[in-house]
Amino acid sequence: MSAVPVVELRELRLGYRHGHDCIDAVRGVSLQVRRGETVAIVGESGSGKSTLANAIVGLLPDSATIAGGAIVVEGEDVTRASEAHRRRLRGRVLGFVPQDPHVSLNPTMRIGRQVGEALVQAKGGRYAALDADVVELLEQVGLDQPALRAHQYPHELSGGMRQRVLIAIALAGDPALIIADEPTSALDVTVQRRILDHLAQLVAQRDIALLIITHDLGVAADRADRVLVMHAGRIVEQGRPQDILVAPRAPCTRELIAATASLTGLVRLAAAAGTNTGEAAFAANAGEAGFAAHAGERASAAAAGLDARPASRQHELPADREILRVERLGKDYALRNARGHAQSLRALDDLSFAVHAGQTLAIVGESGSGKSTALRIALGLERPTRGRVFFDGREISHLSAAAFRPLRRRIQLVQQNPFAALDPRFSVRQSVVEPLVSFGLQRGAELEASARRLVDLVHLPASCLERLPRELSGGQRQRVAIARALALGPQLLFLDEPVSALDVSVQARILALLAELQRELGVSYVLVSHDLSVVASVAHRVLVLRGGVTVEQGPIGRVFGQPASDYTRELLAAVPGARQAAVA
Amino acid sequence: MLTRTRTALADTATLAPARRISGAAPPVARQQRQRRQQRGHRLAHAAAALLRRPGCTLALVFVAVCLCGAFAPGLFAGFDPNATAPADKLQPPNPVHWFGTDDLGRDLFARVVHGSTLSLRAGCLAVGIALGAGLGLGVLSGFAGGRVDALVMRGIDVLLALPGFLLALVVVTAIGFGTVPVAIAVGIGLVPGFARTTRAEVLRVKTLPYVEAARLGGARWGRIVLTHVLPNAWGPVAVLATLDFGSAVLATAGLGFLGFGAAPPAPEWGTLIATGRRFLVTAPWLSLLPGLVAMLLVFSLNHIARTLEETRR
Repeated sequence: MSAVPVVELRELRLGYRHGHDCIDAVRGVSLQVRRGETVAIVGESGSGKSTLANAIVGLLPDSATIAGGAIVVEGEDVTRASEAHRRRLRGRVLGFVPQDPHVSLNPTMRIGRQVGEALVQAKGGRYAALDADVVELLEQVGLDQPALRAHQYPHELSGGMRQRVLIAIALAGDPALIIADEPTSALDVTVQRRILDHLAQLVAQRDIALLIITHDLGVAADRADRVLVMHAGRIVEQGRPQDILVAPRAPCTRELIAATASLTGLVRLAAAAGTNTGEAAFAANAGEAGFAAHAGERASAAAAGLDARPASRQHELPADREILRVERLGKDYALRNARGHAQSLRALDDLSFAVHAGQTLAIVGESGSGKSTALRIALGLERPTRGRVFFDGREISHLSAAAFRPLRRRIQLVQQNPFAALDPRFSVRQSVVEPLVSFGLQRGAELEASARRLVDLVHLPASCLERLPRELSGGQRQRVAIARALALGPQLLFLDEPVSALDVSVQARILALLAELQRELGVSYVLVSHDLSVVASVAHRVLVLRGGVTVEQGPIGRVFGQPASDYTRELLAAVPGARQAAVA
Repeated sequence: MLTRTRTALADTATLAPARRISGAAPPVARQQRQRRQQRGHRLAHAAAALLRRPGCTLALVFVAVCLCGAFAPGLFAGFDPNATAPADKLQPPNPVHWFGTDDLGRDLFARVVHGSTLSLRAGCLAVGIALGAGLGLGVLSGFAGGRVDALVMRGIDVLLALPGFLLALVVVTAIGFGTVPVAIAVGIGLVPGFARTTRAEVLRVKTLPYVEAARLGGARWGRIVLTHVLPNAWGPVAVLATLDFGSAVLATAGLGFLGFGAAPPAPEWGTLIATGRRFLVTAPWLSLLPGLVAMLLVFSLNHIARTLEETRR
């Protein structure tokens, strides 16, 4: 470890100008990152962590002002340095891995050229061995067939591969510090684990520093030497992950821990219950009591919201009626390759499952596993190539759009991204009652009463009826979307990654709401998710999909406790928070 | 991000009191008042944002004055635009005749104001025609897709291949001069831009989750188009309408300048500039002042369009 830290912040204060007033985003943050160290900054969205990362790299928007303090890079104060100066630092001293690999590469340039450009910037000009260096760099970040990849365009690569390319670009200038802003939150768990493993390995090899910005305490605790918890622009706590997990001092740390512990803990709980005596033990709730005792005080906050659910599961397990049955479903997409030969991609193959009234079936899989396709077919948005779908005993897979319309009152969907699922021009009231208006069911005072009942159902105050979506937080928006889906009183609700766009603590609250609604209204869920902890907290049965093929399915206790396939085991092992669980 | 912080905090704070209080619903009148207040608040906010830009305010005022003049010329012009006074001919601008007088002693300011009637009315109408046809075609081809889309868009391509002004000349020669023919002539040339912009926006909005949600909520296509797609696709189209209003005014004046305009002695901006040309050395204001007014109007419209585009982002 060298004496001079790579980056040092001294009492940094940052604000955003908004009209005439200035809103503080970072209020007096001091931190040091040295070579060979991995530091994680954890916090909810809006805690100022991304602003901090951007300030270090010098990529703040024009509306941001540095109100005080200093940013020191390798012993040199760059707080007021010129753009040209900071540009020299970027790449050579500071490498930045941006948040979303899907939009961070230029879609019209080949991978090799984009990496090459970074190398040219770093070395100060073109040179003979550039192409060889590009390939070497791509190999270093773990891309197979790097020479081929260099000739491909970003859209030909998966999200994980693109993230590796971004890491390669960050590494091009041989920086002393890599700043990774939510490097894996857009990726699947197993991919996430591989990427983080690789980053850790690179840091160790090159003796550089790594600064991870994340909202996921599990990721931070697994990877970092030091964890800093940010809340409302301040660092409220810092220390080794073990210490923070065992003895958190700040209330918001406890909240974060409780949220992740309750989620990741549930996976382990479900698994533990499954291994004991299978489903019976799980249903008997024995594991739950043990879990609560273990996690103790820390998880109690979240557990309070969640513990009612397993009881309800046991309650409704002897389900009688099948509400949705899918038989040997298959879907092929026609592809046209460069030579014009028609090919087909098998998105789904021989999928069969059943959903019982009042229960939750979870479909788990990574992106591209066909889970969204299955959902769209069941919703009548797409037609299957093979197989049939029955709703309440009636075949619905080949109904026309008009014939399907009456069924919309009984089958509804909650979409993935609450930020795009609401019309930006519709107030909460308009959004929530829209299905009622579309079907012409209610009007006037009756409609008004329904609007109030619906927002009340999802625990939103009536005062938010007049608000526009942009005036709501992500969690509130998802509540509105759930209320809208419930407006027609459906019997079956499809949940397409309902919480993947939300912060961990908000996730726990939304999941608790979903469980409560199921208890009160007896509605069935089909939950599509890549996140095992989400699945563990609400599902009765699980179906694991991979590449359109069913890997395994069964009651949650059995699948998580005694996974029959290696793939399920891999998925389970990839859930972040291993270190945290060990401490607990 | 910061607004999200605040609302995120609000999320936690407002969760508690939500449950089971719906029994104490406020009376309908109070609710409506609240709703109106909230809407008024938002409008006031938008207006304040516009007023903070002095350039835009100036442009808005100028366009408003021009529009007033076009629809009620009597308000501004104290003189009869056709009353000749040979004794006062070719006077430079002075306190009585603000823009001076022409070769027959007619007050130029009155002629400019009365001339705006045709240019601006035709411009408004032209944009209206283009907007109607363009929106219709754009929504149709964006929503229907497939063959309908291909057919409509190839038609639009043909229109786009012909220079707009040439097209306007052809139409005016064919059906004569007047507010409506000029509007039609200029409007047809503007249709392709509107159709293409609308189609692109419809294609974008159509795939957004909230449109799918509306469909799953049982909304029929007509309702989806009217309540979700059109209002959300409207932004860029509104900007284009403001911009094209300027070009429509220019095109009308251009037609007048080339002699396809109103028959003398009726005043019209293009005709005024054209007749003033003969006195460019002795009385330059005859051409320059009407030209300046037209230029300022187009400039103002462009500036407003620009501001709209910026505030939208």
